[in-house]
Formats: sequence, C-alpha cells, structure tokens
Amino acid sequence: MRSRVFLIVSIVAALLVLALTQAVANNYLFFAGYVVLQFVVLATAWNILGGYCGYVNFGSAAFFALGAYTSVFFHKTYQIPIPFLMLIGGIVSGIVGLGMGYLTLRLRGSFFAIATLALAVVLQTLIINWDYVGGSRGAYVIRPNTIQVLGMAIPYIEYLFLLMLLLAVAAIVTARVIERSRLGYGFATIRDDELAAEAAGVPTLRLKLIATTISGALMGMAGAPFPYYIGYLEPSSAFGLAYAVNAIAMPMIGGTSTWIGPLIGALLLGTIQQVATVTISSAVNLLIVGVLLVAFVIIAPNGLVGLVQQRLRAKEQR
Amino acid sequence: MDFPIELLINAIIAGILLGGFYIAVTVGISISFGMLDIVNIAHPAFIILGSYLVYIVNSTFGIDPVLVGILMLPVFYVLGAAVYQVYYLSFEKRGQEALRGLAFFFGILFITEVGLILVFGVDYRYAEAPYIGPALRFAFVDLPYRMLIPCVISLLLLAALQLYFSRTFIGRAIKAVSQDQQALALMAANPIKIKRIAFGISIATAALAGAFLVIIQPVEPSVGREYIGRVFAICVLGGLGSLPGTVVGAMLLGVVESITATFYGPSWAPAVAFGFLLLTLAFRPAGLLGR
Repeated sequence: MRSRVFLIVSIVAALLVLALTQAVANNYLFFAGYVVLQFVVLATAWNILGGYCGYVNFGSAAFFALGAYTSVFFHKTYQIPIPFLMLIGGIVSGIVGLGMGYLTLRLRGSFFAIATLALAVVLQTLIINWDYVGGSRGAYVIRPNTIQVLGMAIPYIEYLFLLMLLLAVAAIVTARVIERSRLGYGFATIRDDELAAEAAGVPTLRLKLIATTISGALMGMAGAPFPYYIGYLEPSSAFGLAYAVNAIAMPMIGGTSTWIGPLIGALLLGTIQQVATVTISSAVNLLIVGVLLVAFVIIAPNGLVGLVQQRLRAKEQR
Repeated sequence: MDFPIELLINAIIAGILLGGFYIAVTVGISISFGMLDIVNIAHPAFIILGSYLVYIVNSTFGIDPVLVGILMLPVFYVLGAAVYQVYYLSFEKRGQEALRGLAFFFGILFITEVGLILVFGVDYRYAEAPYIGPALRFAFVDLPYRMLIPCVISLLLLAALQLYFSRTFIGRAIKAVSQDQQALALMAANPIKIKRIAFGISIATAALAGAFLVIIQPVEPSVGREYIGRVFAICVLGGLGSLPGTVVGAMLLGVVESITATFYGPSWAPAVAFGFLLLTLAFRPAGLLGR
C-alpha cells in the first residue's frame, strides 16, 4: 500500500471511530477511549526506537511527564490552545531525548536503557522541587466544560478525545512511513547487527539520535493534553510506572517489527485495563500487564503478529 | 556566619556509612552486570523482596534482621540460579538478550513491586532490633549503630567475595567467563554452569542488602526504584566488574549524597546519582577503576 493511500485509510478509520462514539453518546466512552488512544501513541512512539532500532527506553513516563508539565507551566504563565501545547511539549521532550541519546548512545546499548530509567527518577526529583508547577503538592488545571471548535460548542472531553485521535493517526502514519523509508531500513540494520551496519557505512549514531528524538517527541505530545484530561496533576501520577511498563508491554505483546503490532497491543491491553480497572482493581490490572509481558517475551518473542505470521506460514507449507 | 565544619564532618561520616550500605546493594549488580553482562534491572526488586521476608520473620518470631538475612542467603541463591536458567533458555541461547532480556527483567521488577503492593499495601514496614535506636558518640560525631552495622558487614561481605573471586577455582572461573566465554569452554568448564553460580551469588547478596535496608529505613514496595539509578551509577562509576571499584563508587556517592542532603535538603539527593551516572558516561565510560 502506498503511503498516501495509507494516510487516507487511517483518516477514514479515525472518522469511523469518531462516528461510532457519536452514535453511542456516552461521556464515559470518551474518558476511557482517550486513555486507550494515549497508549496507542505511547506504544507506537516506543516502538520507533525499541522495535525498529532495538534500543530499550524505560523512561517513557519521563518523556510523557515532560509534555504534561510543559502544559502546566504554560497554563500558569500564558494560556495557549492545546494543539500548540502539544507541539511545544513534543519539542521539549524531543530535545531531552536527543541530549540523553547523545550522551549514552555512543556506548553499549544497555547504558542507554539504564540512563532512561534513571532519567525518570531525576526529572521527578526536579519537578518535586519546582514549586512553580506545583511541586510535590501537584497542580490544578481547570478545564472549561465546552469549547468552540469551528463555530460549534462541543464538550471539552470530546475535544481532547479528538485531539488524541488525530495524534494517534499521526503517530501511526509516521511509524509506517519510517518503516518503508531509507531511514527505516537503516534502523533495521542497527537492530540486526550494529557492528556490521557501521562497517557498511550506515551512520548509526545519527540514525539512533533521529529515532530517539522522534520517539521522545511523540511521547511528549501524548503527555501535553494530559493535565487538561486529569484536572489535577501530581508528580507520582505523571511519572507513574504504569506508563513505562505499558509503553514496553504493548509493542512486545503486539509485535515489535511493524506499525500494526503496537496498535494491536495498545488497543488490546488498553481495553483490558479499562475493563479491569472498573471491574477488579487498578493494582491487579498492572499485575496482569506485567505477567503478560514476561509471558510473551518468553513464549512468543515476536508477539501476536509473530504468532499469526507463523500460523500463516505453516498453512502455506501444508 | 562561620562555615559549619562540624556539620560537614558529620555529613561526610554519615555518607561513608551510607556508602557502606550501598556496597551491599551494588555488589550484586557488579557481579551480574559487570562480570556476566546481564542487565539485571530487577535487582532492587529482589532487595525489596528480601526486606519484606526479613520483616515477616522479624515481626513474627523476633529473630535479628541481619541473622535472617544471612539465613536467607541460600534461598536467594537458589532463586537467582532459577532466574538465570529461565533467562538463559529464553534469551541468551536465542541471542535475544538485548531487547527481550531487558523487558523480561523489567517485567520481573514490575511484578514483584505490584505483587508486594497487593499483599502488603503501601504502608511503611520496619524491622525491630536492639541496635536500631542508639548511637556511638565521639565528641561531636554521631555513629548510629543501624548504619554502622550494615556498613561493617557489607565491607566483610565484599572482602569475602574478593577473596572468593581471586583464590577459588570457581571464583576465578567466574572472572574468566566475563572475559572470554569460549576460552573457558575450551578449558573444560561449563560456562553456563559458572554463570548460573555467579548469578545465584549476585541474587544472594540481595537478601543481605534487603535486611540492611529494612534496618536503615522503613520500607514500602516502590522504594526499590530509587535504588536503580544509584546501583548502576555506582557500578559504572567504579568500573564495571571491579569489586574495589564498587567500594570507591559507593563511598563517593554516599558522601556526595549525604552532603547534598545536609546542605540542600533530602529531596535533592536522588538527582545526585543520576548526575554522577551521566557525567561518568560522558567523560569516562570505563569508570574510575575500570580496565
């Protein structure tokens, strides 16, 4: 499928989702759907670095929180519309990703993973000590009930849902374009054998930095509307381990080599968690994610997509 | 205003004692990450698990926490050997340790933490022992026993391990496996078995570190996360796989953290470890005592 066709198909799919939500007209659906879409963006973003390049980022929560706190900062100084906040949050997180990558990506792969893990702790320390954005007490972000979009007054939660839907489409299209481009093939060489790639003249460091920046920026963009969604942002919710573990578990369970893996993983796990949070408890649903992650990396290293491909191949041979 | 020299000296000594405790926390990572090249980010989770087991035994039977920690060494050794076996069969053998092996340990870290929250809740737990309250006092210097005892035992533990790695056959084999696994196989030693033993030892140290942790401070399930940055910072700072390097790194981080906490407030202390880690990675990735 050509990229332009794919773009149109994704937009049509997004419109279908939107039409469906209009038909149901239940506000809870927007709250739950927003979270699932947010995970689609996080999983896709993680996969650009983790799945395509093979570099593990444990600090998804840090990039997400950077975006969220950038919004809080602007909410207090000079209020600007959320789409611009998303852009700024993306730029901030992208720059941090670039800096982190520059310091650690020249070394062995595991150093990058460890540094991202530590980044989350340190950023959290900084935010806790920064009173202007609420410190450890947290910050209230009051959102209006409705907003004017194209002359129509729509409920604010629908507006946030719409923005996240657009971002999810943008993230998936970006991932797919990368996958089919020179850049994507470069990423794949790094994942498969970095030494050989280097020897063959692939500018590995530059490619890795590009991947880290794009991935970080998308996570920051996903975080930017979050304060408006939650209404009250505190460090431990913004830096929650749930984001880090979900951003890894979703692509791993779906399958890391293509754009569709993270999408499937995020839709599946995101929905399960929404259901489990309502019916059982939020601690149990995190346990489910952890157990599924470990089970999948051991039993099905290529995720659900890998399982389906295996099945298809077996059928062909018969 | 005079410079508070007494405060500074107290901060430095408290830092050295804290550093002693960090040795016990880090030595396991020095073995697994430094020697075996296994990025066991779940190590702090095993330490917290140790703390909770010590807490249970201590609060039900009233046995001394350190003694419980020592009694648990074999249990944690077996646990470590089992984890390595799973890790080897699922990832090392297939050559997938870089991405999926990391995700595996991350999953273990997460499951342990959430599991402990489900069982014990997020309340702080602490152990009881006669030496937790009192302190030794020289002039204006305070040496609380609850810091002194972990520090001394950690140093003994490290000395014992250093002897083990330099004098015994298996100890030397572990050092050899970190340098050249194939050469070791040619010497008719099974590298997988050696690594399993080494990983078992590395997790066993977590039992003792867990006992110290619950003596030093009240413990709740997510405390372990604060230690991830620290242990890797110490490990990288000292030089990968070097036990003397671990001592230097741990003491250095302990002192700097203690001074930071004394003069700027404890809420800044976690940032120190990360600063160290980034600076080391940027300027001397081999560490202070690295090869």
